[in-house]
Amino acid sequence: MAHTNITGSSGVFGRLWGRLSLSSRQVVWAWTFLALPLVFFAVVRFYPTIDAFFLSITDWDLLNPAKFIGLENYHRLFADPVFWQVFRNTFAYLILGTPISIVLSFAIAYYLDRVVFLHGFIRALYFLPYLTTAAAMAWVWRWFYQPPPIGVINSTLSIFGIPAQPFLRSIEQALPAIMTTSIWAHLGFQIIIFLAGLRAIPTSYYEAARVDGLGEGAILTRITIPLLKPTTVFLVVFSSIGFLRIFDQVYNMTSNDPGGPLNSTKPLVLMIYQTAFGSYQMGYAAAQTVVLFVILFTISMAQLWILRNR
Amino acid sequence: MNGTAQAAPPSPRRPFAARPGRIVAWTILFLGGVVMMTPLLFMFSTSLKTASDVYDLRLIPQTPTLANYIQVLADGRFARWFFNSIFVATVVTLSCLFFDSLVAYTLAKFQFRGRQVVFIAILSTLMIPTEMLVIPWYLMSSQFGWLDTYWGIMFPGLITAFGVFLLKQFFETVPNDFLEAARIDGLNEFTIWWKVALPLVTPALSALAIFTFLGNWTAFFWPLIVTTDQTLYTLPVGLSSFAVEQSIQWEMIMTGAALATVPTLLIFLFFQRYIVRGVMLAGVKG
Repeated sequence: MAHTNITGSSGVFGRLWGRLSLSSRQVVWAWTFLALPLVFFAVVRFYPTIDAFFLSITDWDLLNPAKFIGLENYHRLFADPVFWQVFRNTFAYLILGTPISIVLSFAIAYYLDRVVFLHGFIRALYFLPYLTTAAAMAWVWRWFYQPPPIGVINSTLSIFGIPAQPFLRSIEQALPAIMTTSIWAHLGFQIIIFLAGLRAIPTSYYEAARVDGLGEGAILTRITIPLLKPTTVFLVVFSSIGFLRIFDQVYNMTSNDPGGPLNSTKPLVLMIYQTAFGSYQMGYAAAQTVVLFVILFTISMAQLWILRNR
Repeated sequence: MNGTAQAAPPSPRRPFAARPGRIVAWTILFLGGVVMMTPLLFMFSTSLKTASDVYDLRLIPQTPTLANYIQVLADGRFARWFFNSIFVATVVTLSCLFFDSLVAYTLAKFQFRGRQVVFIAILSTLMIPTEMLVIPWYLMSSQFGWLDTYWGIMFPGLITAFGVFLLKQFFETVPNDFLEAARIDGLNEFTIWWKVALPLVTPALSALAIFTFLGNWTAFFWPLIVTTDQTLYTLPVGLSSFAVEQSIQWEMIMTGAALATVPTLLIFLFFQRYIVRGVMLAGVKG
């Protein structure tokens, strides 16, 4: 380690070190501690970021040298009907998934916060799914969605006389089915964060509101929800990013035809994966990752701006 | 369930006004919780069933058997994937704890020109989604021979901006007097960080450890890309390929899924309090 050299008090180095003032020594220490991490960030984060932008304007199949082609990858992408299908799917996960999961997790946290009897146990029931592996649970859900007599959900529906649903085999139902799995997997996290937010609201606010004669509904809309805004903003942004980057569930629940049926569930990350590591069109895939970045950046900034100003 | 009794007590400040309302709300919450657990319960139940019992959807297996587990583990690949996942997640977690806290401490407690620039530069990497970096990472890995190696799976996560950001906020609350006193005692800066500052931020460190371990244990996208050799698969990637192989042998797939799920559930049962607090801490501060 570098620090043992510096503190060694013998030799030229030691004499130099002895002459440094305390604050100069601090500067040396600081850069010693930062040196390796900064190299790491440069090599593993900054260079690849620039490289991704650069690759996106080349044509490269890994075998032949990369060829500069300007914005052709982007033109090709925006002219590809599959991309627009994927684009719609990606936003469908977000537009359906985020509001449903936020409302659901808030409602659960709101009531769970007041539960005294077996509080920890009930909280654990909701939280445990968050600790599971998406790739593993996707297969459990896939089994749940199977046609009768295998699928658990269809078998349950038939008890109530509801006809069997195609779920993952239907163009209309497959995306909501996968989205449900994703909501299920992240609900526990959101509930825990909402619970933390609820606990952070000072009790005195509620007492004052009760003294003023506010009812439960008024307390909820005029105290709890406004004071929870930072938590809600964080969860909306976080959950949106998660849905826009959905991959594990889709890949595992549709592995016989990834993103199918007929591309109806394919999100952008899966398209990137197939372009890069299925057909080895690295430049074209890099252009898709740049588009993903632009989408994520725009959506997060827009949400922060809109939600903060309200 | 063990450990639930020690969990943080619920806030008693806003109990339901009327008793019937309380019971109804409790029952609905409880049933909702049971619904949340259904996939896990069916996964474990089916993993204990024989192939002919799979279509019998009763939750309690009629003739429970560990045969599926024996068969899956006898395969040998699962044990290897299990080891790979534990190894990768452990090394990455230790690396993050060490480097993230060293960087966070330096940025929080040292006075030097460029401090703010370094912090913003590190923070700015959070804006770039990993999906954008995987293609350059893959090219880098293939150039340096990192494909199908542990290093290849681990290197992108060895230092994280998230950890630096999280821990910096906690190091800022450490009083400077403590560090000054240690300096007067003649401790060098590395020892001060290791012996004085680190012990004061253990809650934050455990939160980061939980998040990093869980994140790497469940990681799928990058390990899927960087490994093609089955012996180097992590558990999620191995399970995914195993499930495709088994096609409709659901009891085998459920057994594999259960094996991937059990470790994190066990960790939760033992450390429930820390995990819930850790998630709250990281989520709220991070």
